[in-house]
Amino acid sequence: MTRAMTGAKMVVQALKDQGVEVVFGYPGGAVLPIYDEIFQQNDIRHVLVRHEQGAAHAAEGYARSTGKPGVVLVTSGPGATNAVTGITDALMDSIPIVVLTGQVPTFMIGTDGFQEADTVGITRPCTKHNWLVKDTKDLSRTIHQAFHVATTGRPGPVLVDIPKDVQFATSEYTPPHKTPTAHYQPRLKGDLEQITRLAEMIETAERPIFYTGGGVINSGPAASQLLRELVDATGFPITSTLMGLGAYPASGKHWMGMLGMHGTYEANLAMHGCDLMINIGARFDDRITGRIADFSPHSKKAHIDIDPSSINKVVHADVPILGDVAHVLEDLLRVWKARGRKTNAAGLQKWWKKIDEWKAVNCLSYKPSGKMIRPQHALTRLEALTKGHDRYICTEVGQHQMWAAQYLGFEAPNRWMTSGGLGTMGYGFPASIGVQIAHPDALVINVAGEASWLMNMQEMGTAVQYRLPVKQFILNNERLGMVRQWQQLLHGERYSHSWSESLPDFVKLAEAFGAKGIKCDNPADLDDAILEMINHDGPVIMDCLVEKHENCFPMIPSGEPHNKMLLGEADPANAIGAKGAVLV
Amino acid sequence: MSPLKIKKGSSKHSAYDLRDPNADVQERHTLAVLVDNEPGVLARVIGLFSGRGYNIESLTVAETDHEGHLSRITVVTTGTPQVIEQIKAQLGRMVPVHGVHDLTAEGASVERELALFKVAGTGDARVEALRLADIFRANVVDSTLESFIFEITGTPEKIDAFAELMRPLGLREMARTGVAALSRGA
Ligand SMILES: Cc1ncc(C[n+]2csc(CCOP(=O)(O)OP(=O)(O)O)c2C)c(N)n1
Ligand SMILES: [Mg+2]
Repeated sequence: MTRAMTGAKMVVQALKDQGVEVVFGYPGGAVLPIYDEIFQQNDIRHVLVRHEQGAAHAAEGYARSTGKPGVVLVTSGPGATNAVTGITDALMDSIPIVVLTGQVPTFMIGTDGFQEADTVGITRPCTKHNWLVKDTKDLSRTIHQAFHVATTGRPGPVLVDIPKDVQFATSEYTPPHKTPTAHYQPRLKGDLEQITRLAEMIETAERPIFYTGGGVINSGPAASQLLRELVDATGFPITSTLMGLGAYPASGKHWMGMLGMHGTYEANLAMHGCDLMINIGARFDDRITGRIADFSPHSKKAHIDIDPSSINKVVHADVPILGDVAHVLEDLLRVWKARGRKTNAAGLQKWWKKIDEWKAVNCLSYKPSGKMIRPQHALTRLEALTKGHDRYICTEVGQHQMWAAQYLGFEAPNRWMTSGGLGTMGYGFPASIGVQIAHPDALVINVAGEASWLMNMQEMGTAVQYRLPVKQFILNNERLGMVRQWQQLLHGERYSHSWSESLPDFVKLAEAFGAKGIKCDNPADLDDAILEMINHDGPVIMDCLVEKHENCFPMIPSGEPHNKMLLGEADPANAIGAKGAVLV
Repeated sequence: MSPLKIKKGSSKHSAYDLRDPNADVQERHTLAVLVDNEPGVLARVIGLFSGRGYNIESLTVAETDHEGHLSRITVVTTGTPQVIEQIKAQLGRMVPVHGVHDLTAEGASVERELALFKVAGTGDARVEALRLADIFRANVVDSTLESFIFEITGTPEKIDAFAELMRPLGLREMARTGVAALSRGA
């Protein structure tokens, strides 16, 4: 049976065959035929966002919380360019999303037609791969390949640009199983010789550490399971990057908290002092390493990553293992167990004693104030009051994001959605919409800063339209807090344009959209306000007014090594040298 | 100090070169990259080099397998050993790339470049240009009463040397193809 159909119908058919349930999109002239097909079917749900950046972030939230690719459908020109920030965000954080863009008809390409943009040219550096489909006969195959590329190897965003005449023309449909994908097949199994070397090192190391990242989450639930088994069986301490939170439970016995610029004292000092670093699915980002020359100077480093370009990019790997985390951990556990499950017990005991001393510094302690809500306290209470819930947390970018990472505990993977690599203000709200669409009955909270939140506040319309009970927990310090903190530490307290003036009344704003608004500025009312927020059946904006000049600590100033950490409000003068000041 | 004993040097089973990554020496490498001949593929490769700040000394590209629609890109680049490894890894993970060969690292290889030289002059200079062209085994592919166009193939160094000699003899224009290279042996 031949299956001839229009390009527009093919798009919908291909999405169905890929198991897509929901598309985040925004219509326009160059995608009208596809929207017409969407209108005439009920299998795929379309969520109308209010800005194409929101569509891309929502798709990311969907993808990060489900492990499935998120799908975006936008029009040509401004539709595509508006999505670029979200696409770049997905690239930096290795999130699989498939973006379908309309394009002017093939015969008009290059004429500066209305709403024409060189979408594949613009998105070439911010996608894992992209395609311009010039002939309907290639369309279905290209879409299937796009899904394959987005989800295979190191995941990432892909884009398929579809001219309008290609959507109207008719051709034969190719189903997924007849689509050739053989050429792009990244290696999954790690090299056994290297895995065995790592097992040997695990047996003898005196001061080992697991340093894990988003790659564990991306590899799937089995990877997190294997990681837990490995950590608990070896008894080694574990820390994680911002992206990897939840792979190992925060309540776990060996957990040291997040590492990096705003990581815990114990995690960073253990990274600095270890003799064996086992990097699993992390990429030695500059937020993690600080000054490279002084990064963990006495350790041998093993690096497990599926992307060959991540290995030896910034830090030399003594034991490089190219492969998928779950596959490698499975082999590693097998090899290590077969060799007799040995570790250096005496060394480990001393190492834990040291770590416990560092832990005793209690680097995240703070004194709650009776007058103003301290942001750390707001998050501690949010944690306490939402702990037992089926909970997903998103964040915007800034101080609140770091406090959320520090004060909330993540027990499972795929429960924490934050913009790590790109640091995109405006990410969290649309991401929370994508998460809630995927998990309609879950408690989805976006921990936000007031400034970030305003960047995609139009998505209130989406939340209300689709009755998505997302909770916008805004830690309102009336400041671009993270910028202000840097200005305080680096630029002589000259607070150049880092305050939020003319803020809206968030309660009225919520009400204007038909949602609920809650304002809280008194520590005594905090618990009730949080409970009111989580118990309300519908979208809520909670405007939580917090201490305005609170700083986020611990902090490793840019350009400094891990052991030069600022712990608190000690005089930060001279904390950041001239060399560090040029870094971001 | 460290109780860990790790063998130094590269392993033949390892996908990676374990040479000292911090070595500061600049190396020149010729890479052969086999890619799908699809629209935009050259832009992708060039974009990778410019976007990540890598050097391109020379670049040649043409479809070499018409049935498989594969093109061979030969790129000559310079960088520290670590940067060269990064370039190969970055190229290797691109979706349309089928393979990356470091001809410089993988043993002996042959490199050739073709160039056209327009040299104008009369009298002794013209005679001398012709004589030198003969020594360099350059062919005359066009001539007028006061000019020649020479065609020369050879290593980039040979072409550089020829250019130096032609400069005082009336070199007007030069066009070079960039390096094409193959590894030696079967
Ligand atoms: C789109 C974008 N623009 C600018 C920045 C730089 N930036 C980083 S944090 C920050 C301030 C964020 O303020 P807010 O959302 O109120 O969070 P706070 O730090 O106060 O918690 C800014 C401007 C960014 N990360 N993203
Ligand atoms: Mg703020």
